[in-house]
This record gives sequence, structure tokens and C-alpha cells, in this order.
Amino acid sequence: MKTSPRAGEPRTPTLPQDETFDLIGPGHSLGSVTDKIGDVVLKDRLRPGWLIFLAFSLAGLATLGMAVLMVILRGPGVWGNNIPVAWAFDIINFVWWIGIGHAGTLISAILLLVHQNWRTSINRFAEAMTIFAVMCAGIYPAMHIGRHQYFYWLMPLPNTMGLWPQFRSPLDWDFFAVSTYFTVSALFWYVGLVPDLATLRDRATSRTLKVLYGIFAMGWRGSAQHWHRYMALYVILAGISTPLVLSVHSTISFDFAVGVVPGWHTTIFPPYFVAGAVFAGFAMVILLAVPLRAVFGLKDLITMKHLENSGKIMLATGLIVTYGYAMEVFTAWYSGNIYEQFMALNRAFGPYGWSYWALIFCNALAPQLLWFKSVRTSIPWLLIISVIVSIGMWLERFVIIVVSLHRDYLPSSWGLYAPTVWDWAFYAGTFGLFLTLFLLFVRALPSIAMAEMRELVHHEEHQKHGDHSAHSSQTSKVEPGASELASV
Amino acid sequence: MDAGTSELSASALVPTTEVAPKIYGVVAEFDNSDALLAAARLAREAGYTKMDAFTPMPIEGLSEVLNFRDKFVPTLMLLGGLTGCTAGYFMQYFAAVHSYPINVGGKPFHSWPQQIVITFEMTILFAALTGVIGMFLLNGLPRPYHSIFNTPNFEAASVDRFFLAIESRDPKFNREDTRQFMQGLGAARVSEVEE
Repeated sequence: MKTSPRAGEPRTPTLPQDETFDLIGPGHSLGSVTDKIGDVVLKDRLRPGWLIFLAFSLAGLATLGMAVLMVILRGPGVWGNNIPVAWAFDIINFVWWIGIGHAGTLISAILLLVHQNWRTSINRFAEAMTIFAVMCAGIYPAMHIGRHQYFYWLMPLPNTMGLWPQFRSPLDWDFFAVSTYFTVSALFWYVGLVPDLATLRDRATSRTLKVLYGIFAMGWRGSAQHWHRYMALYVILAGISTPLVLSVHSTISFDFAVGVVPGWHTTIFPPYFVAGAVFAGFAMVILLAVPLRAVFGLKDLITMKHLENSGKIMLATGLIVTYGYAMEVFTAWYSGNIYEQFMALNRAFGPYGWSYWALIFCNALAPQLLWFKSVRTSIPWLLIISVIVSIGMWLERFVIIVVSLHRDYLPSSWGLYAPTVWDWAFYAGTFGLFLTLFLLFVRALPSIAMAEMRELVHHEEHQKHGDHSAHSSQTSKVEPGASELASV
Repeated sequence: MDAGTSELSASALVPTTEVAPKIYGVVAEFDNSDALLAAARLAREAGYTKMDAFTPMPIEGLSEVLNFRDKFVPTLMLLGGLTGCTAGYFMQYFAAVHSYPINVGGKPFHSWPQQIVITFEMTILFAALTGVIGMFLLNGLPRPYHSIFNTPNFEAASVDRFFLAIESRDPKFNREDTRQFMQGLGAARVSEVEE
């Protein structure tokens, strides 16, 4: 990914001393990357910043407990949704959290397949983000069904009534898609972790930790045979995760697109949902990467290059969702259907018009700043834009769900929606869950993949010193993560 | 995992009634992957077949040199995927056509386009599960103890050192000859490792 400066391109902005545009800071060896990442887990002191964040997160988690208990005891009536807006915060936040997860899979799978080796230092925590985000998402439908004790009826299990789930319903497709996505993401994450768990086992000084990491490392010993099968598995898992991640948000968009509500029944939904998911996901990657590298001193492993590339992907996916917004309006006009036309006007000038214009500002206008390299390489700007994009993607789901539902065909059945305090408490609570899990993760497991970083260092060394006799010139050009693809 | 570390001198402690302690093999330690690859190549040319290498990350070309060419993992994943695909499709077909047919707006019972999503998800799920479980089982994991862990400094095999083992089950294996051969490969250290 080394690009030579082109003629018209502005000069590289000056960076602080500890920042770099390389994939990895200077002077790193196999041992030093392992130390640096492993020490965060094994040796680092309890940092006050981490503790303060954890205290806030635990407060959020307690809020979630309260909100869940409230819904179980009093029923979903404690939320603001009611006919005609029967889907509101629960589905908005479900889609929002799932979407955030998609960036993790994009980084770990798609960027691996297309040989983008800058993914290496951000894939591990992005995958963790995916898993935790899907957990947060999963709570919403489980609570929204009302009779929580029967949630397992979504699964095809034998029962005395001889009933099956309704396989023709997109809601059941959704169940299969999300549960498969969660399982495969967790497997992918764990497989990637096994060599690192072995490293932690070998480096831990306390007996308890050695045994604990040893159990999860399953006796991994880095044998050539292990790696041979491991790489075969890893590349194929990446290959099948790629269509999987595309299918998940497409299936979620079917929840809407298969319905006949004006504003939902449109064919652009699947690609536009997937792009929006990646867009919001990269915003969250930046929001997590910046404090992570600052607090644990990982600026030479998660470098400015990673942040800048994330900014570029946000810009690209932001343009795709902008196209989606334009097409929705165009289709409404071109269809000649009065309900669709009314829907488009109602979005912009109806009672919730503010949400539509805020959405356009957040998702279509604000990311345009990322065209400037000085913005993409400025951490405060990246953080601001990421927060704006996260809000914007939430508003997008609000506009699609609430604004479409509140006025559909019959004016006599129109109504307005307002969230209650329990809607907000639930939403705040899922943040608590997400952050608690993430904070515990960064201290218990290596937040950067050590084995893959060693591969990257090894690869860079070989590039620098030219080809050694042991490597044919053909194989050394192959990207490290996929290096054994040819030999599989 | 340094239990039972044994250097060459350890054999002296064994009661004389036994001929010699059973050994796993001779292990050489290298400080870079190129030295390891070169050594593995020489050992193969010398006629050794039961070898294994231990590295902190996958090394290109190493499995070819050591002659590991199995394609079980991809094959298993393909079979798993096909099983998931068939099971997913026929589960829905069976439910909709035989077990509990419901007439929805006159649509055919066997409305296959509506079965695609679940079929696809089941394909991916089964392929991933068989692949992961298969990889671990084929590699003989979980396995908390292995003789190689007795090698001195083996903890570094997961950080920045590279190990080559010639196992005692190799037909050409001879304790003395093999050790001398390994010492000639430019290794940082050569040790005999007990079972």
C-alpha cells in the first residue's frame, strides 16, 4: 500500500513526533511487537483512565439490567412504541448495533482477501467490537417479542404442537442470519486468538494465568503442521465470512423491504444497508482505536496510516449512502405512486422533518471533509466526524422506521411517536454492556493480533533486505495473512 | 510449560537398568526463519522424513519442505457446507410441504426463493463449524502435554525463535548421528528431548 506522491497532491501534513504513516513504527522486531502487545495484558498497571471508564461502563450495565427487568416485569408497554409506530427504538438500535459490527468483519475478512495488510493491527479489536455489538443488538429483539420465555420458538425445535417457525418470514431469516453471524464471528475471532493465547501462556509469570491461558490455547505449539491447517482454515473462513457479512445486513434490510410500507418497499435497501453498516462501523473503529492507542502507548502499531485509511473507507461508504438517499427521493418521484411521493415529502417537511435534515447533514455533508488529507490525519477531526456519523446512522434508521410508519396509507391511522425514559435507559444500557466488555477485553486478551504482527514484521524485514535465498521472489510478494493461500 | 526440562546430562540420572530414556527426538533452535528453512531443506535431502518445525508465525514454504500437503481442512469445509446447504433447504421444504403446510395467499407450498436466505446461512454455519472443529481435531488439539514442550527455551517458539525437530520414530533416526547432523546446520542450540 505504498503510494508514491502524485504531482497535484498536497504535501504530507506535519505530524507529531510519535506518529507515523508507516504500517508499523521503526525499529520493531518479532520480540518487540510481542512484548509491546503482550505487556498490556500481562504487565501493565491498573490505569486510572481505564478504571474511570470501567466505572462509567458498569453504571451503564446496571442501567441495562434495570431496563431489562422493567420490560420483563411490566412488558414492552413501558416503551413508547404503539400502533402505528410499532417498531421504534428496539429495531432502530438493533439495526444500529449490528451495523457497527460489520466493520469488524470487513476488516478481518474482506481486507484480508484483497491483501490490505494495514488491517493487521486493527483486526483483533475490530472483531471483538463485532462480537460485542452483536450481543448488544441481540438483546433488543429478545426483549421486544414480549413473551421472552418463548424466544426459542424462533429456532426449529421439535415441540408437542408440531409447529415450525415461519420460514417464509424475513424475521426468521433475520434470526438465522444474526445467529450465524455471531457464531462465525466468534469462531473466527477465537481461531485468530489461539496462537496469541499460546504466546501469553508461554510468557505469563503466574501459575494461574499460565494454566488459564494454557487451557484456552488448547496446547497450541506452533508446529508447521498446525500452521498449515490453520492458514487453510483462516483464509477459507475469511472467504465465507465475506458473503456472510453482506448477507446479514441485506437480510436485515429485508425485514423492511419485504413489507409494503411506503419508504420500506424498495430494492435499493440491501446494498444501501450494507454500506451504511460499514460506514457506522468504521466510525466506531476510530472511536475505539484512538483511546486504545493513546492509553496503552500503541501509537507505533496502530499508526496514523490506519486512522487515515479508516477515514477513506468512511468517505467511500458515506458517498454510497448519500447515493441511497438520492435514489430514495428519485424513486418516490419516478414511481408516480402518491403514497411514495407523500412519504418523501413527509420525511423532509413532516413532523419529523428535523431528523431528515440532521441525517443529511451528518451522513452526506459532514463526511465530505474527509476529502482533505489534513482532516483525515487530524485526530480531533476524525473523532468529531466519527461521532457525527454514528449519530447520523442512528438517525437514518429513525427516519426509515419511525417516520415511515407514523404516516402510511390511511390518514385516519396516522399517529406520532415519542420515546420514553425506558427507551433511553435501554439504549444507554447497551453502551454500558458494550464498553464493559470492551474494557475487560483489552486487559484480558491481546487487543492486537501478535502472531499476525510478527508476520507483518517478518514480511517488512524481507522486503527491506531484498529476497533471501530461502524465499523465491514469487512467494515473498504475497501478503502475509494470505501467504499460505497458494500452498493450501 | 517448562515441566521436565532435560538437557543431555539428564540421561545420566536414569537408573542403569534401563538402556536409555525414551526420547522424542533431536531439536535444533534457530534465530531466524531463513536458517530454519535452509536446515529443514538439508535434513530432507539427508533423507529424514519424520520432522516437524515450530515457529511463532506461519512461514512461507515450510510445509512444502516438510512435506505436509494435506487438504483435509478445505475438503471438510466443503462437505460441511454442502451438508448445511442440503439440511437447511430440506428442513424448510419438509416443514412447508409435508409437516405443516399453510396456504399463504395461494402461494405454492414449495416457494423456493423464500428458502434461499436460511439455506445460505446454514451453509456458512456448517462450513465454519466443521472447519474450526476439523482444524483442531486434525492437529490433535486440545492436547495439554506434548514432548516438544520439554525442549529448553521452547517458550520462545511462540515469540521469536524457530525450532526444527527430527523425531525418534524416523527410520533414519540415530541418536548420535542425528545430533551431529543437527549441530552442523548452524543452529543456536541442539538438544535431545525426552518423551
